[in-house]
Amino acid sequence: MTHIDEQAAEADRYLEYQAIDTGYRAVRWHEKTLYEQSRPGSTNAILPPVEPGIVALVGDVAAALPAAARRARPPEMPELSEPEILRHYIRCSQMTYGYDSGNSMGLGTCTMKYSPRINEQLAASPKVKALHPLQPEETIQGILEIMYGMRNWLCELGGMDEVTFQPRGGGHGAFTDACMIRAYHHARGDDHRDEIITCAVSHPCNPATASAAGFKVISLYPDEITGELGIDALKAAISDRTAGIMMTAPYDTGVFDSQIAEYARLVHEAGGVVSLDQANFNGVMTRMRAGDLGADMVHFNLHKTFSTPHGSYGPGAGAVAVKKAFRDFLPVPVVEFDGTKYRLNSDLPHTIGKVGTFMGMVPNVVKAYAWVLSMGADGLREASEWAVINNNYLIKKLLEVRGVEISWPNRRKLQEARFSLAKLHDETGVSTTDFNYRLADFGVQTYFESHVPRIVDEPVTPEPTESISKEDVDQFVAAFHHISAEAYSNAEIVKTAPHRSIVHREIHDYENLTQVPFTWRVWKRTHPDG
Amino acid sequence: MSARLVHRYIPNTAPGVRERMLAEIGVASVDEIYEEIPAALRFAGRLDLQAEPRSEADVARELTSILAKNRSTDELLSFLGAGCWPHYAPALVAEVMGRSEFLTAYGGIEVNDHGRFLAVFEYQSMMGDLLEMDVVAAAVYDGTTASGDAIHMASRITGRKELVLPRLMDPDRLSALLNYNGPWFDTVFVDFDPATGQMDLADLAAKVSDRTAAVFLENPTYLGTIETQVQEISRLAHAAGALLIANVNPASLGVLAPPGQYDADIACGDGQPLGLPMSCGGARLGVLACKNEVRFVHTLPMTMVGILPTTVPGERAYTWHALFDRIFYGEREAARSFSGTSSFLNAIGAGVYMALLGPSGMAELGRSNMQKAAYAAARIGALKGVKAPVFAGPHFNEFVVDFAGTGKSAAQVNAALLERGILSGKDVSGEFPALGAASLFCITENHTQSEIDRLVDAIAQVTR
Repeated sequence: MTHIDEQAAEADRYLEYQAIDTGYRAVRWHEKTLYEQSRPGSTNAILPPVEPGIVALVGDVAAALPAAARRARPPEMPELSEPEILRHYIRCSQMTYGYDSGNSMGLGTCTMKYSPRINEQLAASPKVKALHPLQPEETIQGILEIMYGMRNWLCELGGMDEVTFQPRGGGHGAFTDACMIRAYHHARGDDHRDEIITCAVSHPCNPATASAAGFKVISLYPDEITGELGIDALKAAISDRTAGIMMTAPYDTGVFDSQIAEYARLVHEAGGVVSLDQANFNGVMTRMRAGDLGADMVHFNLHKTFSTPHGSYGPGAGAVAVKKAFRDFLPVPVVEFDGTKYRLNSDLPHTIGKVGTFMGMVPNVVKAYAWVLSMGADGLREASEWAVINNNYLIKKLLEVRGVEISWPNRRKLQEARFSLAKLHDETGVSTTDFNYRLADFGVQTYFESHVPRIVDEPVTPEPTESISKEDVDQFVAAFHHISAEAYSNAEIVKTAPHRSIVHREIHDYENLTQVPFTWRVWKRTHPDG
Repeated sequence: MSARLVHRYIPNTAPGVRERMLAEIGVASVDEIYEEIPAALRFAGRLDLQAEPRSEADVARELTSILAKNRSTDELLSFLGAGCWPHYAPALVAEVMGRSEFLTAYGGIEVNDHGRFLAVFEYQSMMGDLLEMDVVAAAVYDGTTASGDAIHMASRITGRKELVLPRLMDPDRLSALLNYNGPWFDTVFVDFDPATGQMDLADLAAKVSDRTAAVFLENPTYLGTIETQVQEISRLAHAAGALLIANVNPASLGVLAPPGQYDADIACGDGQPLGLPMSCGGARLGVLACKNEVRFVHTLPMTMVGILPTTVPGERAYTWHALFDRIFYGEREAARSFSGTSSFLNAIGAGVYMALLGPSGMAELGRSNMQKAAYAAARIGALKGVKAPVFAGPHFNEFVVDFAGTGKSAAQVNAALLERGILSGKDVSGEFPALGAASLFCITENHTQSEIDRLVDAIAQVTR
């Protein structure tokens, strides 16, 4: 069938199933890969020519390489003209649901918020883009001033004393914490401390990065009634091998653990270090400070709380802030200010050295700094309040939907909450995944179900940040009402969804991942007929 | 009571909305909800920060004025590389990366985000073609963390505990690798041939054993030399039952042997040269690839976009949905990794770059870098008292210059060049004292002959 035939056939199918119509239809191009569009011999003169004077002096040095060091055959990459390439990517972008495209409040734990365009424009300036990270300090005073300025904001917001921006994401920030905890105990001759305590409803990066840094991990589970870890459970986990705890406040469930300061005290008393994951900072800015809870170190996500764009899944930026006692363990360099000049100091006695390349995702620091200036402390407080109000309004409204329940119903939640469709599933056979696919038919972004372990059955984890309007929440809730009604009356519509989206649900019928093509060269080999 | 703040980024701050929503929730004020935080932990003080929000115009003015204090490589003629390279960035790359949908999407699934997955799949595919590797990860943070992931894979695959690294390595990179891989490996260093900058094969043969998990090869090396003995290195590693990890510069692969050609098991590198701006070291793309075997693919600690069938026969879904079970999202501590949100936007940008250049453009890119760097090295090396290149073998786009014969230190030369508006190479005399008053210069396709000549003349003046 041609594409036109396919489209006509699909239109017929839609007519047969009026019931599935939601009034929305995703942009769906029948877009082939660049490989399938390739026209051999097409080239684009992008690069500057090599001047004759250069060729005259050195000749073709590449051709002079020994054969074993040279590429034997050209790469089988696509060949297309510039306008065709642009058209392809425009179509791909149109088949992508950005924050700007609509209502992304479903993506809980992601803190989807508006990324102001002025910040993009500022960071795209040649005064940022065309800087080399190894330039002498005197030529990058502007960037250092901004990094130092952002450092001051994070220190104040976190009750901390020093900051590094080297980590490139939240997980990278947690890893930086784990490395510093390791170095701290090593410096004290306490290498036997090889256990990190984490919580099962914290982000998976906490246990994973502790493990990557060489620690054994003890995961505590939240109490069924309170949603908190509990003093007794923590005491049972603490020993003379405790290196530290990697805590979260509030949890991904939205529950703020009321005993968190006591956990910190107990871990300190046992000789351990306290690290706080503040990926969930968005609901508590200016309301609590990591340092006041007893944290020695804390990591923030500039791409979540501080508005830098999520970039289709990065680049983000992590920032780790520490108390004075841990300053000497930070990755280098750190930015300092002597009252006149900004400088980079790599001379920290216990530094863990490097966790990544250069100084981290510097353009995102520029964007985050522009954002905090736009907000002011008052604006940050307002933003957090709205993240909390929107979430509690959502909770009120979503619990009116038939079959929707919430975890830890006796607790008020801060920035997000974990709902459950277990009742709906029991009564209709519709799973949270079915439900989510159907949601895509309504022109809103799908929701995040849950991290593992799935403590809540058939989970749903939305997060309506301050960028979300009341109308957005109402739209999301209305879609839930509609789908719930379908589940109780005509579950097949939901179980076979999506119907109005870009692509239908995928089938996982492989035995191992080598059977899944991750590159076109493998696809071509395994699908010779296309 | 003063009027409540109405903020341009917070739609619900319009008057009246708060009251209606709080009434629905059934609380008089948001403070009632914040009572979830124990009173003793609630911050009650005044933060020492700018309190009031500022207008867009005001923020733009302030940031522009601060940024004006930078002197960028548009204003200074720069020859700095050392891991962040000044290549030409085609307009289309920034155009596509600036598309709002790509810029602001995040964790959606293929039914809404099919386009970004297709774009990332194409990045993986073109990178696979360049590397001659069948499996490519979507993106890792940067080249350094990609190297660390590759090394971790080798540990899991072989169960061995020794890692062979080249002594000629960027000390910053080494530091990051030791942070990541140190707890799991004993590290053994292989010397380099002081004449060529290439790996000392006799030393490698002596150090590889049945304890070796992997031999880690950098090509080009940190100091710009091209490793021509890749086949022998591969043979030595594999003969000991070890894996070969090749860290490569994708911009070189139009002309240099790709890792697949010499049977590397895992390839890694940084994709920044593929049309991504330097951005003070910010824009990075960790490249990670491996052979299509279960033991490799099932230990690759990062998301990948693959093609799966759908409920509609013949339809392809480009998706990452099925593939989380090997990474920390699925395995938590068992995954031993730290890559979450990584660099998809940069992968999409690098894909645009590779599509624009195509196979012939990639070859031209490699050739041009080598020619221009060779030209610069030859002309600088002809100056009195200046040795360039310090190593005799072939170079890609970087080479070491030794100023010792002029009686000047690298730092002195650099400072004098800066006075003439030139950012000299990276001073590596502290990192490798045996190389003399050494600076690492980078010349790419984007340097013109007249710019190189200006550098040569300036060096001649300041070393006189």
